[in-house]
Amino acid sequence: MAPLLELDRVGLAFGGLHALRDLELVIDEGEIVSVIGPNGAGKTTLFNLVTGIYEPTSGDIRFAGESVVGKQPFQITRLGIARTFQSLRLFLNMTVKENVMAATYGHTHATPPESILRLPRARREEREVKAQAEDVLGFFGERLMGYRWDQPAYVLSYANRRRLEIARAMAAQPRLLLLDEPAAGMNPNETLEITELIGRLRDERGLTILVIEHDMHVVEGISDRVVALDHGEKIAEGSFEQVATHPSVVEAYLGRNPEALAEE
Amino acid sequence: MPIGVDEWVARSNERADQLPGWRGRLARDLNRVGWWPKLAVCGVLAALFPLLGPNDFQLQVGINSLLLAMLALGLNISVGWAGLLDLGYIAFYGFGAYGFALLSSQQLHQPNGIHMQAWQSIPLVLIAAAILGLLVGLPSRRLIGDYLAIVTLFFGEVFLEFTTNVATDKLGGPNGIPAIDPIKGFGHQILSLKGYYYFLLVAILVVIAALHLLDASRTGRAWRAIREDPLAANLMTIPVNRLKLMAFSFGAVVAALAGTIFAAQQGAVFPTDFDTPFLIFIYAGLILGGSGSIAGAVMGGLVVSVTLEFLRNPTEAGYLFYGLIIFTLIMRMRPWVKLAAIVVGTVAFGFIARAVVGAVSSAATAGSPHSGGWVGDVLDHWVIVPANPKNFGNICFVVLVCSLIALVQMKNKRLRTILLIPVIYLAAVVWESRLAVEPSITRQILIGAILIVMMNARPQGLLGKRRVEVV
Repeated sequence: MAPLLELDRVGLAFGGLHALRDLELVIDEGEIVSVIGPNGAGKTTLFNLVTGIYEPTSGDIRFAGESVVGKQPFQITRLGIARTFQSLRLFLNMTVKENVMAATYGHTHATPPESILRLPRARREEREVKAQAEDVLGFFGERLMGYRWDQPAYVLSYANRRRLEIARAMAAQPRLLLLDEPAAGMNPNETLEITELIGRLRDERGLTILVIEHDMHVVEGISDRVVALDHGEKIAEGSFEQVATHPSVVEAYLGRNPEALAEE
Repeated sequence: MPIGVDEWVARSNERADQLPGWRGRLARDLNRVGWWPKLAVCGVLAALFPLLGPNDFQLQVGINSLLLAMLALGLNISVGWAGLLDLGYIAFYGFGAYGFALLSSQQLHQPNGIHMQAWQSIPLVLIAAAILGLLVGLPSRRLIGDYLAIVTLFFGEVFLEFTTNVATDKLGGPNGIPAIDPIKGFGHQILSLKGYYYFLLVAILVVIAALHLLDASRTGRAWRAIREDPLAANLMTIPVNRLKLMAFSFGAVVAALAGTIFAAQQGAVFPTDFDTPFLIFIYAGLILGGSGSIAGAVMGGLVVSVTLEFLRNPTEAGYLFYGLIIFTLIMRMRPWVKLAAIVVGTVAFGFIARAVVGAVSSAATAGSPHSGGWVGDVLDHWVIVPANPKNFGNICFVVLVCSLIALVQMKNKRLRTILLIPVIYLAAVVWESRLAVEPSITRQILIGAILIVMMNARPQGLLGKRRVEVV
């Protein structure tokens, strides 16, 4: 299978500080890959590089064979990479439905004069966008349906805001979805639900998913493959069992084994 | 689906909307009516105004109000929707007026001048304004918030300097451009105030309809998304910089349209028509009405414009001044016993203070209040107005401002309530001895006071929707 996302010796340095160093990562179509690592390991930085918020200082990032380095974030999203944010960044004063519809901007083409005059293309696109928004919101069951559509996003509960972020990213029509800690701050039930949801995103929507997650149950439950980062470098890669028991990973999370230290 | 606490909290807004009784029913019925029947009704009501037989002055006030409403609508695009603080907006208004003036007067291509038909000149000016909007919007690619405000303020000032000092043979310098043609085309021309009122009314209805449709389109959603979170908007396929420029450009076109009608109706334009104080009135209208709301922008523009005219007359301005104080007291003072105590205390304090000062020096109370009518009669034996109130009023004004600041800072609630009595009295003294004499300054202070009261009572403006910053 052709790789969907390829990171080729990607590095990002802020002056002398290397946030990421020589990162190699390949994600195939239809995979769910988790990124783990302690705080400050460079996980969100990786997302920021892939989505174009930062530009890598070295290396190349290719999406479906095309380099995305130097492209604007909105261009990269149009190519098919959408993301959610660890600290939620919803359009709080817009309605739930508008939040989702806003993300379809790049896939619609009606110009302002067409919208003002309600010309056929503008009307057709508006209909399609509405239907699409309702479809995407319907993916979350009853949670974001009905009367919620016309509520401003700020009245939503925390868990529903997380769901709305995922819905909004889905509306951007991605092939690759980047989820930044989707289960952060969720209770055990909601965490379980998110785990199941991520699986459905791939199975029903055909999405390839790269996810940052701290909750190891979630990581274990969803991942085809796990990548561990520390200090901006990849320290392990493989199945959950392989990575979870990898000495470097254990060391990164828990520090070095005192017996091993003593032996040295 | 079980309704948990989270659902209950989320529905609180919805419940608040459902008022009991006839008010709730009316609100729900109004909600069900589409936007264009509402607009049509408002348009018909506004069209009835000239039929009531207003005099020329009242008709002119009507025209000025519609102009301010249209300007607030244009400002709403960049400020209310896209969230870009544009302080150079007034330059677009001036550009439209000067553009129309140059194309419809003796100024260019002398001795005969250019006398274009309105259906040629207005579109030309609007296209030029759209391009100017793009240029002025360029700094918004890199700057946000206060920094953008400062740079755009510079553009507004440049326009003033330019029209005052550059190419004075063409632009007329401080003397402006006289003898501008009326709006004419297809063998007709508009000469009466009534004609301009209706022309302007049609124009503003078209602008409202266009902006409403734009607001509900992908462009409107993208603008609001940029206001809420530019980075997230960028990552959700929205080309942020392009949309910022578009917001500036659309705002410029609306302002320039208002400018062309203004120039044609006035028959002359001067640089001072487009100075910063007028920009502040446009902002006041937008904020008062509710930034981000079309109906709010129109309403705010009308209210500010009519209020400003109202404030030209010291007696009528007095109604507003005392009305504001009484309204604020009623809104803020609870329980009513406290309110009654303050009112009685203030009245008593006034008589005593005047009696004491009068006993010391009769010249100190020799003047009479500047408010005419019954307000003046009522206050005659209550406020202290010396024979020559100018310096006295100035000093009192400074003392009033200082004591207001001190009062706001005060922690001791009881002391604050007691001290409120002399401060209210001092405000009345300042008003009667000084402020009522200077309507041009006073009305700006009063508009500021109305805004402060408004922002306390209803931060979202008259017709605006409540917004949160971060939850």
